[in-house]
Parts: sequence; C-alpha cells; structure tokens
Amino acid sequence: MDNSPKHTTDLVRQGLAKRYRQEARFRRMGMTAIILGLAFVSMLFISIIGNGYSAFWQTYAQLEVHLDASKIDPEGTRDSDVIADADYGGIIKQSLRDMFPDVTGRRDKRTLYRLVSNGASYDLKDFVVANPDRIGTTIQLWVPADDDIDMLMKGHFDRDKPESERRIKDNQIAWVDTFVEQNRIESRFNKTFFTAGDSRDPELAGIWGAATGSFFTLIITLLLAFPLGVATAVYLEEFAPQNKWTDVIEVNINNLAAVPSIVFGLLGLAVFINFIGMPRSAPLVGGMVLTLMTLPTIIIASRAALKSVPPSIREAALGVGASKMQMVFHHVLPLAMPGMLTGTIIGMAQALGESAPLLMIGMVAFIVDIPTGVLDPSTVLPVQIYLWADSPERAFVERTSAAIMVLLAFLIAMNALAVLLRKKFERRW
Amino acid sequence: MSTTALIFTLVLLAGFSFWLGRKRSFAVVNGDAWKLHSLPNYYGYYTAIWCGIPALMITAMWLFFENTIITHLVVVDLPEEIRSLSPDRLNLVVNDIRNLVSGNIVSSDVDPAMRAAADHYIHLQAISQAALTVLVLAIAISGALLALRAIRQEKRARNAVERIVMIFLLASSTIAIFTTLGIVLSVLFEAIRFFETVPLTSFLFGLEWSPQMAIREDQVGSSGAFGAIPLFAGTLLISFIAMLVAVPIGLLSAIYLAEYASKRVRAMAKPLLEILAGIPTVVYGFFAALTVAPFIRDSGGLLGLDVSSESALAAGLVMGIMIIPFVSSLSDDVINAVPQAMRDGSEGLGATKSETIKKVIIPAALPGIVGGILLAVSRAIGETMIVVMAAGLSANLTANPLEAVTTVTVQIVTLLVGDQEFDSPKTLAAFALGLLLFVVTLILNIIALHVVRKYREQYE
Repeated sequence: MDNSPKHTTDLVRQGLAKRYRQEARFRRMGMTAIILGLAFVSMLFISIIGNGYSAFWQTYAQLEVHLDASKIDPEGTRDSDVIADADYGGIIKQSLRDMFPDVTGRRDKRTLYRLVSNGASYDLKDFVVANPDRIGTTIQLWVPADDDIDMLMKGHFDRDKPESERRIKDNQIAWVDTFVEQNRIESRFNKTFFTAGDSRDPELAGIWGAATGSFFTLIITLLLAFPLGVATAVYLEEFAPQNKWTDVIEVNINNLAAVPSIVFGLLGLAVFINFIGMPRSAPLVGGMVLTLMTLPTIIIASRAALKSVPPSIREAALGVGASKMQMVFHHVLPLAMPGMLTGTIIGMAQALGESAPLLMIGMVAFIVDIPTGVLDPSTVLPVQIYLWADSPERAFVERTSAAIMVLLAFLIAMNALAVLLRKKFERRW
Repeated sequence: MSTTALIFTLVLLAGFSFWLGRKRSFAVVNGDAWKLHSLPNYYGYYTAIWCGIPALMITAMWLFFENTIITHLVVVDLPEEIRSLSPDRLNLVVNDIRNLVSGNIVSSDVDPAMRAAADHYIHLQAISQAALTVLVLAIAISGALLALRAIRQEKRARNAVERIVMIFLLASSTIAIFTTLGIVLSVLFEAIRFFETVPLTSFLFGLEWSPQMAIREDQVGSSGAFGAIPLFAGTLLISFIAMLVAVPIGLLSAIYLAEYASKRVRAMAKPLLEILAGIPTVVYGFFAALTVAPFIRDSGGLLGLDVSSESALAAGLVMGIMIIPFVSSLSDDVINAVPQAMRDGSEGLGATKSETIKKVIIPAALPGIVGGILLAVSRAIGETMIVVMAAGLSANLTANPLEAVTTVTVQIVTLLVGDQEFDSPKTLAAFALGLLLFVVTLILNIIALHVVRKYREQYE
C-alpha cells in the first residue's frame, strides 16, 4: 500500500475517465429519448398515411347497360316520377348477366351481382332521370365497384393464397380480370369520400356528414366559449376583488382543466339531456358540452394575454378620464385580443379532436343524412373515425385512416394559424 | 314566425334601436354632443339593451317551459283509458305522439285518438309560437320606446350600460363553479340511486364486475355483480405501463433539450414532439388497435408467449406515447426555471454537466417534476378513447400486461352508449364509476398542486 499523501488533483484525475464516460452515457440517453419520441411521431404518421392514402382513389367499373324502355317507362310517358320508380337494380343485374352469360347457379349469380356497389342502381337512376332521351338505347356507365373488388385492385388481398383463406373467390377474380382485359375498370379520385354521409358500404361512405356535424358543433362551441371565456378572464384579471369568492372561482377553473373529458360527457347526459330534455345526438348539446370542456383553456390563455398588457396602458387610459370599463374594452382588450384568439383556436382544435364526451350524449349513432342544423342528429369527425375503426371490412381501415388524415390536416391548419397569429401580433413591451 | 326568425328579428330590432337611441341623444341636446352625460353611443347601447335583453329572456323561458306545458295540456285531453295508464306507459304514449308530430315512424299502429292528440299538439304548438312572437315583439318594441323616452341630457347611460356589462362579466365567471357543481351533483345523484341497490362496500371492494342484469325475472346467469376492484386494477395496470414509457422518455428528452441541445435542434425537436400532444386520442386508439396490438401479439407469438390481441401492454404503450409531450413540456418548464447561477456554481466546482443535472438541477426541480408526473397519471387514468378502442371489455383481475384488462372509462362508455333506461343499476353504475373517476383525479390534482406549491424552492 502506498501511504504517501496524494494530491486531490490525482484523485480527481483517477476518476475523470469514468466520469466522462458517465457524462457521455447520460448524453446518449437523452439523445435516445428524443430519437424515440420522434420515432413514435413518424411511426404514427407512416402507419396512418400508409394505410390511408389509397382511400382517396376508388375503383370504378364500366358496365354496358341496355336501358330497356319496357322496364323503365312501359307507358312511354317520360314522366320523371315513373322513370325514377323503375327497378334499376334489376337492370344493372341484367347487364352483368349479359356480360357473363355462362354464370348460372343462384349463388354464383349473387356473387356476380356483388361485383358492383349497391350504389350503382342509384347512379343509373340519376343518369336516366337526367337523360330521359337515352331510354331504349345501350349506354356505357361507370359505376363504383364493390369494396372487395376495390381492395383486390388495390392489392390488399393476396391472390396467391388458397381460395378458402381468401375473402374473395376464384370466380370473382376471373370476372375482375375480364373487366381488366376489356379496359372496363379504372381507378378514379374518390369524390364520394368527401361528399357523402356515412354508409354501411365502404365504397359509398363519406365524411361530409361527420364534417358538417363537426362544423355545427364547433360553431356552437365558439359562439358560447369565446364570449364566456373572455368575459371570465376580464372579470378575474381586471375587476375581481381579492377575496374568498375569487379564490373559489380560480380553484374551480384550474380543477376543471384537469377533469377527464368523459366526466363532462356524464354531465351533459345527466343535465342537458335528462334534466333539461334537449335532443340526443344534436350538435347543440355537443357544442355545449365541449364549451364547458374548453372554457378553462380559453380562460387561462386569455388571462395570460391580459396580464401581458403593461399597466402603463391602463394608467394612461384612466389618466385621460376613461372609466374602468372603457379602459378595459377600448384599450386593454384590443391589445390582448391576439393572445386570446390564439388560446381560443387552440381550445377549438382540442374540441375538434375530442370524442369521449360526445359518445355519452349520443353523437355516436349511425347517421346517413347530412345534418342541416344544430338540432339534427349528427356525428362528428373523431366519432366517425371511432365508428369506422370498429367496422370489420378491410375497406373501412383505409377509409378510417383517410378520415384521420383529413382530421389531422384540419388540426394542423388550426394550430399553424394560432402560431402565425402569435408570431404576427405578439408584442414585447 | 319560427324561433330562428324571431331571434333574428330581435337582433335586427336591437340594432335599429341602437341607431334610434343614438339619434335621440343628439336630438335632446340639439346636436351638441358634449352636453350629454355619456357618449352618444352609450345611449344607443342603452336602448338596444332595453329592446333586446328582456325579450330574449322571455323567449328563453318560453322555450324552456313550452314542451312541458303543451304535453300536459295534450295529456289532459287524452281519452280516459290512456290517461289511467301507469306513468311509464303514459310516457311511451307521449313519446309516440311527439314522434307523430315530428313525422317520424312510431312504434305502434296509429289509432284515431293518437292522431287527434297529435293534431291537438300541433295546434297548440302553432298557438304557442304565435303568442310568443306577438309577446316578444311587443316587449322588444315597448322596451325600446321606454328607453328612448328616458333619454335626457343628464341621463347616466354609460353607468347603466356598464352595470349590465359588469353583471354579464360576473355571471360568466361563475360558470366554472356551476360546471363543477353540475358535475358533482349529476354524478352524485345518480350514484346515490345506484348505491341504494348496490351497497357501497360491495362496489368499492367487490372483486367481480359483470354488469349484465337480468331483463326478465327468469333469465339465467346474469345476476349482475358490481365490484369495482378489477376495473381499478386494470386502470392502474394500463396507467403504470403508460408511465413506464412516458416518464423516462419525457423527462430525459426534456433534460436533453434544456441542457444539451443546440438552439437549432431545440427549435426543431420541441415542436415535433409537441405534435404528439395535439393528436386526437381517437387517432391513438386506432393506432393502438390497428398497428401496435397486432405487432405485440405477433412478436409475443414468436417468443412463444400467449398475448391477447387486446393486451394491456398495447393500450398502455400507446397511452405512454400520448403522455410523453405532457411530461416533457411540464418538466421543461421547471428545469428552465432553475436559475442559471446554480448551474454555473456547480460547473465552477468542476462537476460535469451530467453531474450538475443529477445532483443540482433535478433535486431543485423535483417538486415540479413530481407534480407534473402526478398530473400525467391523472390524465392517464381519465383517458378514454385509447382504452375503449384497444383494451378489452371483460373485467380481468390480473397483473399480467399481456392479458386483456378493462378500465373504468371503458366501462362507463360501454354502459352508457346506446339505448338505456335510466333506472337500471347498469346505467347508474356508470355514474358511480364517473363519481369515483372524478374524485380520484381531483385528489391527484390537489396533491400535485400541493406538492408544487409546498416544496417549490424560491429563488431570488
């Protein structure tokens, strides 16, 4: 053992290599955490976009349809009511049978009819009602293909698997190949997805109904939450006396900000629907529930915006003889407005993505019609995503992902607007 | 006039009376506005308020009571044999009449008495609408006229207007209190009704959860058991997994961004991480159910493990990802709040950066970090969509993350979505669970705030 006294520097030096190793290790851990976080973000986006981008296209099949006058308009009146009542489903089936005359068995025929969507007969009806002069002729009509065919064309079904393990059968593949050979199948932009309401058939389902519902719900939320939030913030920041009552209000607001959103749904169900008797599934009730949920966000942001206005502005206004109310509404509020709007937009983005409380108040119904007002039963985009995510059809997976992409696009746009607003109007005093 | 048109007319009338009031204020002083007590606009606001607000209040009250009164009148006129039905059956009849009125399909065949009642209902509705229109317009116009007559040179219009605005501000600020009150009362009332049928102790300490109640007396195998322990165990298991993911990643990335990262990296990585906070939970749920759960099941299968396709692990993992930005931004704030002098002091004594962080910064920031983690836990417990979509439905008392468990929020959703009758214990159980959820998250938040306040080091 070496008993000679050592210098502290020697001791330090001995440990130095180890300490530096520790330092590097710690640094690497931090970096790994960041990279993991970013990896999660990109995984999420890749998974959603990878699953969803193909939903913006839809397979269409061209049918040769003979518009038999005796079936559509036997009297020859060309009355649009008579024309609209004809059996177009039967005509579509006839045209499929004509195309594949060797299909005989009942079950085979039924499979054959399922090549095209249930919506094909409506398309045909619309065409004939619009062009009554074509009755009696043979037309070439593009109709949406069934979702299974769509999936097959998009390559989501493995043709090499044995038939029993496939959802789509050999004869269907053969028919589709015939369509392909005759150039009677093509992929088009999926307009239905953006213009239709919900449907049990994936190829006919769209997000427009849910988007309208979201729009109405958000309008109600905005109309209620913005004035109430700003008013509360103004009161607490500019007028409230320092007393117990004010403390109670502040504690309540902070607590509400942390209450799980589903509890607001319970409140909406018990108070708005069961006690007051408002209609279920209505955007009005949804908007009111979301208002209560987003109010804390808006209030907290608005108070921060009011706090950032320097006291000199207030003193100057009061000094030239403004009343306190005039000082607030004419001078402080306009200066705080950009911050308040930023907070409101972020609150609205939150409300747009929220679904749990809306499940409670019945906005989770299967609704085909596009809502036209705040009292119509409707659903919202996130709930539509939830509903589609539960559907077993493979085609709904890509539609769900596509709906998520649309929702995320809205959210990103809203947040970008908030950032822009802050950048443009933010003032350092 | 329809209600929308009526409100629209009211707004127009109020706007018009603003103009009238303003004009009148000029008239009383022959155009010398400086002689007035208040600015001319205030006389306008004053008139508009008197025109609009009483009328709007009457409209709101009317609409609130209209349905009840009309229903009552219709029921009184119903034939004797319908009126003598039990209240529940009578309710159904009333519902049918309402459906007839709005033109929906009704459950039973339409008999003439119902048809007559529906016509009566429509008739009463029309009368009510007409009466409302006349009344409200009369009130609006007379309010405006009264206000106009009150305008004098020395009339204190500004004070009157400001008083009303003040009342509005004060009323808005009480909404937070009413919301809390509403939440507490609504869940409490239904929960108390629930505890009348199911004792509190068997709810809090019961080990079995199967809320299926027999609809018919003689039905087999569905007695209903309301023990919340499995739900809480499931919730805690998933939240625990979530925190295992979120705390290390969130905390370390906050430390790295605050202490190591260059300005450019920070400016890039921080917003990118915060994207995670802005993604709706339903998207995480879909991600968990579609991508993560099958991945975990398959990789578990490769290792020879039997993984449920709704494993707690998948839900917890994705929930953890959701919470990362929450933990990291809260910790980022407290780490940045530690004064630079403490870093300089530590490094001046020869500590490496990581030693400074571990021995100086983290201890100083600990209360804030703990508070942030507690808030994150409360958020994980209350999170709904991820677990609804990715966790199981059957209550399983297990600590194995590879099995399916269910959570409090999942059960609330399954019990309340869809048709329901409001007096079955099954529905009421959801409110009891909601009450528990509310209380637990509230306590967590209070503790978090307390920790932050009490143990925060005060610098400067």
